[in-house]
Amino acid sequence: MAITSSVMSRALIVQALKDGIVKFHPRELRRSPVMAIVAIGAVATSIALIVDMTKGSFSGVDLQITLWLWGTVYFANIAESIAEGRGKAQADALRRSRQTTTARKMVHGVEQVVGSSDLHVGDLVVCETGDLIPLDGDVIDGIASVDESAITGESAPVIRESGGDRSAVTGGTRVLSDRIVIRITVEPGQAFLDRIIGMVEGAQRQRTPNEIALSTLLIGLTVVFVLVVITLPFFTQYLSSTGNGSADTSISVLMALLVCLIPTTIGGLLSAIGISGMDRLLRSNVVAMSGRAVEAAGDIDVLLLDKTGTITFGNRSASEFLPAPGVSVSDLARAAYTASLADETPEGRSIVHLARHTHNIRDAHEDLRDVVTHAFTAQTRMSGADFVDVSGTSHHVRKGAADAVEAAVVALGGSMPKDVRTAADKVASAGSTPLVVSDGNRVLGVVELKDIVKGGIRERFERLRLMGIRTVMITGDNPLTAAAIAAEAGVDDFIAEAKPEDKLARIRLEQSQGRLVAMIGDGTNDAPALAQADVGVAMNSGTQAAREAGNMIDLDSNPTKLIEIVETGKQLLMTRGALTTFSIANDVSKYFAILPAMFAGLYVGSDGTSPMETFNIMGLASPQSAILSAVIFNALIIVALIPLALRGVTYKPQGVTAVLRRNVLIYGLGGLVIPFVGIKLLDIVITALGLA
Amino acid sequence: MDLTQLIPIGVFLLLIVVLSPLLGTYIAWLLGGESSDEMDWKQYLGAILTFNAVGFGLLMGILMCQQFLPLHPDGARGLDISLAFNIAVSFVTNTNWQSYAGETTLSPFSQMVGLGTQNFLSAATGIAVLSAFTRGLARSTGRTLGNAWRDMSRIVLGILLPLSILFAVVFVSEGVVQTFDPEHQVTTVQGEQQAIPLGPAASQIAIKQLGTNGGGYFNANSAHPFEDPTPLTNLLSTIALVLIPGALCFTYGIMANHRKHGVALFATMTVLLTIGIGVSLWSENVSAAVLNESVVMEGKEVRIGVAESILWSSTTTAASNGSVNAMHSSLSPLAGGVAMLNMMLGEIVFGGVGSGLYGMILFVILTVFLTGLMVGRTPEYLGKRIDAVDVRWAIVAIVAPSASMLIGSTLSLYTEAGRSSMMHSGAHGVSEVLYAWASAAGNNGSAFAGLNANTTFYNIGIGIAMLIGRYAVIVPVVIIAGRMVSRIRMKESAGTFPTHSPLFILLLIGTILVVGALTFFPVLLMGPLAEQVQLMQGGF
Repeated sequence: MAITSSVMSRALIVQALKDGIVKFHPRELRRSPVMAIVAIGAVATSIALIVDMTKGSFSGVDLQITLWLWGTVYFANIAESIAEGRGKAQADALRRSRQTTTARKMVHGVEQVVGSSDLHVGDLVVCETGDLIPLDGDVIDGIASVDESAITGESAPVIRESGGDRSAVTGGTRVLSDRIVIRITVEPGQAFLDRIIGMVEGAQRQRTPNEIALSTLLIGLTVVFVLVVITLPFFTQYLSSTGNGSADTSISVLMALLVCLIPTTIGGLLSAIGISGMDRLLRSNVVAMSGRAVEAAGDIDVLLLDKTGTITFGNRSASEFLPAPGVSVSDLARAAYTASLADETPEGRSIVHLARHTHNIRDAHEDLRDVVTHAFTAQTRMSGADFVDVSGTSHHVRKGAADAVEAAVVALGGSMPKDVRTAADKVASAGSTPLVVSDGNRVLGVVELKDIVKGGIRERFERLRLMGIRTVMITGDNPLTAAAIAAEAGVDDFIAEAKPEDKLARIRLEQSQGRLVAMIGDGTNDAPALAQADVGVAMNSGTQAAREAGNMIDLDSNPTKLIEIVETGKQLLMTRGALTTFSIANDVSKYFAILPAMFAGLYVGSDGTSPMETFNIMGLASPQSAILSAVIFNALIIVALIPLALRGVTYKPQGVTAVLRRNVLIYGLGGLVIPFVGIKLLDIVITALGLA
Repeated sequence: MDLTQLIPIGVFLLLIVVLSPLLGTYIAWLLGGESSDEMDWKQYLGAILTFNAVGFGLLMGILMCQQFLPLHPDGARGLDISLAFNIAVSFVTNTNWQSYAGETTLSPFSQMVGLGTQNFLSAATGIAVLSAFTRGLARSTGRTLGNAWRDMSRIVLGILLPLSILFAVVFVSEGVVQTFDPEHQVTTVQGEQQAIPLGPAASQIAIKQLGTNGGGYFNANSAHPFEDPTPLTNLLSTIALVLIPGALCFTYGIMANHRKHGVALFATMTVLLTIGIGVSLWSENVSAAVLNESVVMEGKEVRIGVAESILWSSTTTAASNGSVNAMHSSLSPLAGGVAMLNMMLGEIVFGGVGSGLYGMILFVILTVFLTGLMVGRTPEYLGKRIDAVDVRWAIVAIVAPSASMLIGSTLSLYTEAGRSSMMHSGAHGVSEVLYAWASAAGNNGSAFAGLNANTTFYNIGIGIAMLIGRYAVIVPVVIIAGRMVSRIRMKESAGTFPTHSPLFILLLIGTILVVGALTFFPVLLMGPLAEQVQLMQGGF
């Protein structure tokens, strides 16, 4: 996605300053109970101020307190606006590629031109070079290269073809070459692009379970402090009525105390944190279908991933020829080469490649007569060729799985030499795939097909392990092969000889034991497992079924993206937790600033001092400046923390205890100490400027 | 400071650390297993509430008709309805707030059959609710929390009765009275006639200490030589204050299959108790120095002394017991403040039998909620995820008692009915009413002395605060248990934050102090803290 990488641009901030004013509407304020209370406090002090002025008494400090209370609400509004603004910019970019287009709809084999908004599920449309694909669908005929940069930001075209796992096309992308027939799979307005825009704009943003739980906690704390502030004047009034001096319980002081005590820091930034979390995910080119999924990502215990394409490069390739006793390597290579001529699979081609390059086997087609090729079928599990060579000898070369070839050889009266069997087992146990080559009833040897583990994957799994996530590899390979690759790649567990339903069973098993499972998949047969997993990440290159089933889509189709997803999910929760802790810890210092100031007139002794002066541990200049400093600090800390809310707290994959210790030190202890310093400094400035 | 003061405190802590795990293991065995007739949370809660309601009705009846019932040698008369309501609520809720002098107002029948029964049953109720809560967390994908009748009968017959008998026998052997004789008429050394009330005290005192009840047989409670005659009875009584609440931490660890977590909770309570004792003792010594005395003995028993008085005052307020061996009004201001804070935190430092621990676990839920977020994981406790509804109920249970303390104190200070009962004005007067309401809503029952609480205003008001302090916690706790029990217990993984590390204990203490103390900091500042400063500045 073409997005600027800066956290806040100037234009964004200007827009946010405007939007922040609109958010004073009571309907908007109601969504955050904490900020709503601040707004009520601001209204109360404003009214008190006006009433005082009509009486002819005017207090500059009260005016400043009132302004700062309004400022507190405004700053929280700005924070939310900035977070939303970043999403809006992205949505606008996306919306440009969603303009209504015409579509060439196929009706009974005849093309009709219709508007893309008139299409329905099941319609067939034709797209040729240069056409914009009108809506999401599956390719049912043809192959084409498609420019998906509008969605993925990746300019290199991708191939989309009928059948297989690369059949899904997305509305708003453009066909660059060839012609495809697409079956529409969504109704207009519900397409992938629409959903992304919805997510990005926050229009569909529902509060996530953890966010709701945290809001509940914040409301609880707010209720406590409302109660504290409401009951306080009764205590002080009693004390004054019994001749113990008086406390300043004017509306402005009480509201200042209330606003400083309720968790405004986290309350004001909560929604910005949530919006920017989704936003960060989108920046790493992952579209989450719900905020819930992002949160769940932070909780993942187990990750299931396919071996092929994820841990290893998709294709196995031939690495070595291991001849049977009495057979030369070049004979084996030549036989394997001939047997693979009709084998168009990547494995077959890699055998041809190896034979040509390492054993200098040249195309000997012309020398052979009566060539009959046998393509690989699921029934025979072999491919091969029958021919007559230059010397007139007829050959029946075959290449295939060891047991299939053995069966064929035995049927012709031959047998599998012990050495070949040993070699095949050895290859398998090393994590490679052995193919056995035969000619008639004679076994010639073994071809080793090697799985190439992707570079750097081991380090990535190590990182996941530090996050507390176990990785499980799923492969159709036999257990020996699977174990070897698992060891090489550094996964924690594997399922060998897996059938599609095994994935689903494993996910259910892990879940029943109380673990949260993530799964990455792209194929249609992955869809049930993707739907069952707590976090199902579908590759954008995958089938429509897979993309529908997952709750996240990786636009880059990069399976190791899960690390970023998990980090974003954890970061989202950590940012909320850290700022809540910070907010609550702040209260201690605010108490020490405001209460001694408020109670300064209580219990005044014969020497004219109050014992409350003892609790003015910051040595603030005057009661007025103490209260004003606390209110200003409380407002400004919201502004100061906006970048942190948008960026998220730093997350390093390390043990939970280390992570917690770090966050408690920074946000807990820091939350205790920082406001003492901040309020003292503000007090000095206020006194110097003569504001109070 | 006289360091010998620390010896009895050290002995006390040592004995608690040794005895609690033993008793806790036994209780876990007693309450373990499944019953054949299990209840879901609604049935369990229904059984507990019905049982308490019936107990309340019976007790009120006994108190209002005691002159028609047997065993009233000194001719006690039936009580008026507001006092009867107050006493009945007080004993059913395990508070044992006493706005009357037991030995002159109540007959031995009322004390033994009426109050004595509730001393056992209210304690059993607390432990039963805790055991249901524990099962809610320990079990996975079930629906039931155990059987309330089975739990309560086992608690009474297997724990409370045997321990009470054991303690009562020792008390009697040390000289605590246990008799149905009418009061003794004696001639004092000055030649005056004095009536000395007697009664079956030893059996009452054992359960009043063990069951965190606190309602003494005599008005002076354990400051009375017939309740607490020797150093041994004093030590045993202090141990009995926290023995069962302490043991239940270990029971919880065993039943929830997480022993280390139980130990961590015990450690948290012990640390908080010790901090309280330390601050109180410091305050006593500083105050004595200011007043140019070696010790301040006003309101304390000379034979008991300062250290044992402070140990008791800290422990009895921490443990929701409320029995006293010194008058808390006469403690140094800060020591009185610590006693108040112990109650204001919601009686969770050991706390009431059962109720202290489930109150503590509510704070644990808040703590793991915040720490869970801070390590980037959906918060879970003992493998069970915590959702918004759980947080809401935990907040209700924590806030409701605090709210009734603040609102009650406000009413006391604002209304003539409230003010007229106060003995002092100014900072000490504030402490007086704060203490009363904190004691009620915390289900503690100890009194500050000074406040005349036997008025209709206080009898009804305090009664309501006691009900809120008890049931506004029990109901949420059982609801949370009912919600948790059907949830899958998640496997602990490397990403789960351990709930037994020193860091966890530190965070739990932090949460308790910040959340609990922030609520009461302003009023404590106006009351005991101001008083302490006044005293130290010599403005007393």
